[in-house]
Amino acid sequence: MTHSPTTASENHRPIGWFEPHRIILIVIAITLVTAAAVFMRWDWLPDYYTLAVAGLWTSIWILIVTCVFGFVLALPLGLAQVTGPNWLSLPAKAFCTVIRGTPLLLQIWLLYYGVGSLFPQYPWVRESAFWPLVRQAWPYAVLALTLSFAGYVGEVMRGAFAGVPRGQLEAARAFGMSRWKVFRRVWLPQAIQTALPTLSGDTVLQLKSTPLVATITVVDLYAVALRVRQDTFVIYEPLLLLALTYMVLTGLLVWIFNRLEARIPVRVG
Amino acid sequence: MTELLLSLDQTSIFELLAPTSPGWGGNLLHGFINSIEIGVGAFALGLLIGMGGAHGKLYGGPVQRDLLQVYTTLIRAVPELVLILLVYFAVPDLINRLLETFGYGRIDVTGPVAGIVALGFVQGAYTTEVLRGAILAVPQGQIEAGRAFGMSPTMLMRRITLPAMLPFAIPGLANLWVSAFKSTALLAVVGFNELTLETRQAAGATKAYFTFFMAAGVLYLLLTLISNALIGRIEHWTRRGQPPVAESR
Repeated sequence: MTHSPTTASENHRPIGWFEPHRIILIVIAITLVTAAAVFMRWDWLPDYYTLAVAGLWTSIWILIVTCVFGFVLALPLGLAQVTGPNWLSLPAKAFCTVIRGTPLLLQIWLLYYGVGSLFPQYPWVRESAFWPLVRQAWPYAVLALTLSFAGYVGEVMRGAFAGVPRGQLEAARAFGMSRWKVFRRVWLPQAIQTALPTLSGDTVLQLKSTPLVATITVVDLYAVALRVRQDTFVIYEPLLLLALTYMVLTGLLVWIFNRLEARIPVRVG
Repeated sequence: MTELLLSLDQTSIFELLAPTSPGWGGNLLHGFINSIEIGVGAFALGLLIGMGGAHGKLYGGPVQRDLLQVYTTLIRAVPELVLILLVYFAVPDLINRLLETFGYGRIDVTGPVAGIVALGFVQGAYTTEVLRGAILAVPQGQIEAGRAFGMSPTMLMRRITLPAMLPFAIPGLANLWVSAFKSTALLAVVGFNELTLETRQAAGATKAYFTFFMAAGVLYLLLTLISNALIGRIEHWTRRGQPPVAESR
């Protein structure tokens, strides 16, 4: 996911991309892909094309929405643990521990089945404007994934906030910046800068968590693949195509984050 | 708030969670033990694959290195749920086809084994990267010195590489163990009776969804916290004799 600075191959000798064995491996890979395309069953594809595109869109917007809200929530979580008084930092720490210590699937099911089953008992919930919302599955999916991302990233941001040298903050204060301005201009940018590689990894993890929403009836990409399997009894093809799609999405995410990281000047000592 | 408490009180929580038959506590504990078994098995299998993988990535030939790179990259780019489904269906299918071609009868690859293989195969990719990084973090002069003393590769591994890389590997491996344990919940999706699925069945039967999912959450959290505490001590032990590092916090 994130590139490592040194690999063993670099220690030995520079390897060009097109060594003889690489060419053979590429040929084998191409043969496998062609064989899969020719000999496996893909006739279901046109029937499910529109559904698959809709599912892909659902997966992507859930990823974006939960990452953005989760990150916004993670900032106070991280900050509270670094500078907050006890009554703020302890709950923040407890929240991160609980989120990171239990499976996401359980969290999703707890919200959807557990909390969701409590709502209908109350007449005032049924009469309120939220009722159409809490009867659907996607709000629970979005909420669960947002909280999960906030929990993981909150821990990352705690380290990042703590890692910004104190002198920087003191200098900013000495310039007469208000606390909010110090946070906005000095503390946050530097924290994000150090956290960016980890954030990239966490975003990829979040992408890989999105199929879990299919277990509470949200029709995302994974749910479409399951539907194909149930309808047509074709087992491997939809799953392989699904895996390929997630690989492409992961590649895209990593590429985007690499471009973001490249914009930050680094000094390597 | 009183309404909430009343709704929980319809059958008391303690009756629901009682370990014997009218309560469902026994089922939860059974699932919990299943989860731990699968988690330990998957982690162990991942460790085996990871040791082979890290060794191959660092010291293997160019083809081996490229194939391992493909393995780790692909596995880490695809959701675990999808991989588990693929392995869960494909491995028993493949084994049975192989057995049939050699003239044996079909065997039933049961839930736990398929689960361990599926999760272990995924864990292997992550473990490979953790161990590779840890070996690279060892000052290479130490390994070269060992070799210069005429140590055999096994002795070199046992006496130099393994003890020297452990402090670098333990934090990563600890994360992997916790994630392996949490990943067992995914097996609920393929119908294996681990903690999350047992919980859902108990909740479905009694309609006390909130109570049961909270109880399962507490069980998961307990195991995570206990293992974190234990791993902290192990890490301290592997760092014995080293100068204290300046911790980030």
